[in-house]
Amino acid sequence: MSKRLLAIFAMLLVASMVLAACGGGAAPAEEAPMEEAPAEEAPAEEAPAEEAPAMFECTDEIGCVTYYADEPIRIASALVVSGPNTDLGMDSQRGVELAMEFKGDVLGHAVELQAEDDGCSAEGGQAAGQKIVSDPTIIGIIGTSCSGAGVPMSKIMSDAGYVMVSPSNTSPALTDADSAWNPGYYRTAHNDKVQGKAMAEFAIDVLGVTSAAAIHDGDPYTEGLARVFADNFEALGGTIVEFTAVNKGDTDMRPVLTAVAAAGPPELIYYPVFTAEGGFLTKQAKEVAGLEETILSAADGMISPAAVEAVGEAGEGMYFSGPDLGFENELYTTFLEKHTEVYGIDPTSVFHSHAFDAANMILGCVEEVGVVDGEDLHVGRQAMRDCLDATSGFDGITGTLTCNEYGDCADPQITVSQLTAGEYEPIWP
Amino acid sequence: MKKSITTKEIIQKALVAGVIALSMSIIGFIALLGERELVKGWFSLGHVFLIAAPLAIAYVTVENMTHENNAKTLGVGFAIGAIASVPLILLAYIAVAVDIRQFLSNVSPALIELLTFGKDATTGSIYLLLLFGATGVFAALLNILPARVRHPLVIALAWMIGVATFSEILLGRLRSLLSRDLIKTIFAGKTLNPAFAVGVFLVALLITILWDAIGGSVKEKVAAFNPVQKKTMSAGKSLVVMVVILFLPLILGSYLSEVANNVGLYILMGLGLNIVVGFAGLLDLGYVAFFAIGAYVMGVLTSQGALGLDAGFNFWTALPISVIVATLFGIILGIPVLGMRGDYLAIVTLGFGEIIRVIAVSDLFKEIFGGAQGILQIPKPNFFGTELVQPGQLYYVILGGVLLALFIATRLRDSRLGRQWMALREDEDVAEAMGMNLVNTKLMAFATGAAFSGLSGAIFASKLTSIFPHSFNLIISINVLALIIVGGVGSIPGVFIGSLILVGLPELLREFAEYRMLIYGTLLIAMMLFKPEGFLPDQRRKRELKAEAELDGVEG
Amino acid sequence: MQERIKQIDFLGLVLWIFRTAIIVSMLWGTIATLMDNPYSARAWTDTIVAGIAQGSLYALIAIGYTLVYGVLFMINFAHGEFFMSGIMTATIFIAQPMSASGYLDRHPVIGITVIAVVTMLVSVGIANLTERIAYRPLRGAPRLVPLITAIGASFFWQYFFQGLYGSEVKAFPQIEVIVGKVNIAGIEILKSQVIVIIVTILMLAGLYFFVVKTKTGKSIRAAAENKDVARLMGIDVDRAITLTFTLGASMAGIAGVLYALVFRQIHFFMGFFPGIKAFTAAVLGGIGSIPGAALGGLFLGIFESVGPGLFLEGLGVPSPHQLKDVIAFTMLVLVLIFRPQGILGEALAEEKA
Repeated sequence: MSKRLLAIFAMLLVASMVLAACGGGAAPAEEAPMEEAPAEEAPAEEAPAEEAPAMFECTDEIGCVTYYADEPIRIASALVVSGPNTDLGMDSQRGVELAMEFKGDVLGHAVELQAEDDGCSAEGGQAAGQKIVSDPTIIGIIGTSCSGAGVPMSKIMSDAGYVMVSPSNTSPALTDADSAWNPGYYRTAHNDKVQGKAMAEFAIDVLGVTSAAAIHDGDPYTEGLARVFADNFEALGGTIVEFTAVNKGDTDMRPVLTAVAAAGPPELIYYPVFTAEGGFLTKQAKEVAGLEETILSAADGMISPAAVEAVGEAGEGMYFSGPDLGFENELYTTFLEKHTEVYGIDPTSVFHSHAFDAANMILGCVEEVGVVDGEDLHVGRQAMRDCLDATSGFDGITGTLTCNEYGDCADPQITVSQLTAGEYEPIWP
Repeated sequence: MKKSITTKEIIQKALVAGVIALSMSIIGFIALLGERELVKGWFSLGHVFLIAAPLAIAYVTVENMTHENNAKTLGVGFAIGAIASVPLILLAYIAVAVDIRQFLSNVSPALIELLTFGKDATTGSIYLLLLFGATGVFAALLNILPARVRHPLVIALAWMIGVATFSEILLGRLRSLLSRDLIKTIFAGKTLNPAFAVGVFLVALLITILWDAIGGSVKEKVAAFNPVQKKTMSAGKSLVVMVVILFLPLILGSYLSEVANNVGLYILMGLGLNIVVGFAGLLDLGYVAFFAIGAYVMGVLTSQGALGLDAGFNFWTALPISVIVATLFGIILGIPVLGMRGDYLAIVTLGFGEIIRVIAVSDLFKEIFGGAQGILQIPKPNFFGTELVQPGQLYYVILGGVLLALFIATRLRDSRLGRQWMALREDEDVAEAMGMNLVNTKLMAFATGAAFSGLSGAIFASKLTSIFPHSFNLIISINVLALIIVGGVGSIPGVFIGSLILVGLPELLREFAEYRMLIYGTLLIAMMLFKPEGFLPDQRRKRELKAEAELDGVEG
Repeated sequence: MQERIKQIDFLGLVLWIFRTAIIVSMLWGTIATLMDNPYSARAWTDTIVAGIAQGSLYALIAIGYTLVYGVLFMINFAHGEFFMSGIMTATIFIAQPMSASGYLDRHPVIGITVIAVVTMLVSVGIANLTERIAYRPLRGAPRLVPLITAIGASFFWQYFFQGLYGSEVKAFPQIEVIVGKVNIAGIEILKSQVIVIIVTILMLAGLYFFVVKTKTGKSIRAAAENKDVARLMGIDVDRAITLTFTLGASMAGIAGVLYALVFRQIHFFMGFFPGIKAFTAAVLGGIGSIPGAALGGLFLGIFESVGPGLFLEGLGVPSPHQLKDVIAFTMLVLVLIFRPQGILGEALAEEKA
């Protein structure tokens, strides 16, 4: 490219940036009316005959979504459905699909799911988020699976006026107004603060241990949980003899376990990591001198059939903290029956019920705030947020959900299970 | 060289095709694509990939054999196709008889249903055999048909399948442009309506036939233009390109602009690595290090969270600092490796990349870099009071960066330093003997490369508003290296093409999900086998490669 | 000219500071750790033995890198996948059914032998398929080209096997006879670790003998020296290369079996990181040299295992084991600054590099 062309290009670029800035000032606001655009255009251009006597007028602050006759209500999911955490995301997605099936039509409209992949990473969350908000007919999002993906997605959907309910984001930052919280963000999963604290209480009160070690693997989830556990354990009077970490992909855990043994040895080790690293830690801990008697414990990242296989005999008697899945309500029994009927398998991970509840919260609010106008349906976006904010005493599989002002809606029942003969037996509380 | 074909060869070739189709089936690829209907009620992407191997192999085989008569050629095609279906038929029978899912978890009922067309094993097998046979015949037919018939047919088919494959993207974009009734006539759900698919086929067919008829004369006319006309025409072309680039976000809409932004960030990195690897010939596998440094400097300086420095930096003031810090690290990490060559350099730079990532994730520096929790609340760029939130706005920031890098890279290539780099690439010892300052030349390459990558990283951090250590892994280095090689080593336009293919395309093909990397791997191998010099090779580099290859031929 | 000398002096100074800083901090850390003495003698020996076992695996995999590099001068990025493919297949089709039927505990020697044979066959098959399709057509192409196909092949096989056997972690059965520890010279060592170390020594010795003493081995070395001269001498170079891949992949296969015996857990991604580490080991030892690969592997394994505790613990670094890769790669840089051709590398390798 010659110099002159470059110069022209540069000038054009500056000009366009100024234009973008001027136009840009209106852009975020513009985006919202864009969602209404079809609402205004379509009746005017396409179907003047249909112009009903009382034409609906959208008074919602951030816009309305209109579904015409025969059009399905569209919701999106952004869960991890590829890569090493596929089991987690697929499990949740099945929960969403079953919720839609149980619900059937909402206000006379079918419900359609646009399934996206959050990739369990910030980039993945960003891409999925942009893809979803580019579709003005989507009313709500179930996702993300991973907190790392949730951070950028929360911002994007919030700016665009959407709502999202996550079934498995547990990072405290996401519902912390000083950190990554944005309006329109909700979750049915427990906050890590709850799980880490529960595990520390269990260790001190039930197991009666006074010294512990915590190991994480550099994943935001495991690091956060390990830290909350360690803080609470110390606050309750215990001693953390070693707080340490391994890397994802490590296989030989003996050096780090030897260091843990040398530092104590502790009566309990808590490693809320995932199956691969957790399997190595469990099996090798039994072989390290000084840790033979140490109680091993992990978290919901290792509650899965694959983890049972991976820990093998070494995992016998080990403890796992996680959301309480012993839901003793009829809904869950029906859910499980339907799950087996539709997919031919039992749930593969722990957050399917949270996803089920998340989808029901969104659809319930559509039902509540949707304005039926002849055969058309109008749903206000701010109305959706107000409705979700007001969620209180919502009966779901995971308990009775009530949202606080920052979107923590879970009825956080943490339970500790013990692995006995290849089965997770809930033993506490 | 054409020669007649023996029965043994036919069976061999057919079995290769069959085994490929079988492999694609048992890894679950076909079944996954089977869920992605291309034309409502007609066929899915799974079918396309299922018949791809027999189609290609039958075509190549028939092309290379002597053509005696049409019947025999078509017969060979049918034989190859039919025999290729045998492995799949066996699979269907075995899967129906015993449960092999405990070994091969992806031999699912959905796959068997797709292979047997929902019929019982025997009927399904006959269908499959006929389908494959027909595929073989079609491949043979393509060979026999005269070019003027074949060309439009192939092009039109490709258009139809292409449009159908990307229908979801298309739908997403058209939804905000067209009325809902129009959308309904084009699409059924996410897939194309048969009528529209046929329409695409016919339009593409017509246009190709037309172009085949008159295209030649148009080209001749253009070739006969006088210099002034030619100049006007090239200026016109440039103008069109510029206008398109400038208004791209309007054309693309927000999601595709987001994809364009990701491509842009990789172009920035690619332009930088192209200087290190392409110009100077220094194989760097740890290029992500500088991307991470740029991102983390931006994060630490501007974050409004607990980790932010809170020293009043905004995006624009932090940007140059990010670039400078990355450049410094380029020099610092460049010094220890000055004496290393080739693969030693590769592994050490790979190590540097990992070191930077591990340091970012470590508990040791948690107070500064946030450890596993990363850095949150990084503000988006602000342009005269407007926060650039939309992908369509950020696009211009990235475009500015790319143009700057493009300008610098182009100027450097044609400068004295650029020629020194090329000399270094060609022969380090000779370059040194000629009195070239190796140290400065190498460090300049590392520094410039690091600067571009740092710029890309800084924008990345601001675009994402949060950064986590796992975003900076080895795959990024590999991806950038692969894209400059796919585009053509040392070629600046090649970086653009490479990024579009290796970053843009996978982003659009999100359906492939876990098979994305499989396709990526296959693409890299195929690319290197069939076009080792890249899509848009650099002319000078091309001559060198040729000379090198000849030399290698002599040396062994 | 004068300016040039000044510059080299300046660079020499920087490098000197670099080296000294690394060595001083290592020594400082070591002294601080030993003064503090957090570990018992037992803990040290356990850590070192774990390092030797891990290093043995690196060494076996590194052999494949070094052999291929010696002959073709290419980094075979897909080598880690040869390691993974064999043991994945053998676990799914042989080890798990054998264990379920109880055969593996009744006849452990036969069982493990069958597993090893199948593993090696699959690894060798995958290696030669890769060579035939992705590498052979590219002989004589510029060096970056086969590197990219090798990276492509690595991704391809990883995700191919993920598709084949699923993405979840698979358990390799526990075999009763190798559970527990043995006492060797007063040190208690896990039986599985003893097996790893002994088998590795046997394999490396056998390989060295094969390459140095036998006629076929000589053909490989001749091809490594100069392909044209070798061809003139009547050596089938293509065959020599096939043989090289076969040898390298067999070693990787054996490494896979040993890995499974020690860690009892496999995964489609298990080849990637060990592959990179083994490549590092090969470079550390001097790429192209068989004893070098063995030494590099051992060196890397021990440093990864002992390093965090020894160098970092005393400095009060939190979670030192997170930083073991930093130690490994810093050692690599340190060694290469002193000896750019690696510990046992020949100057020749540098010329060709």
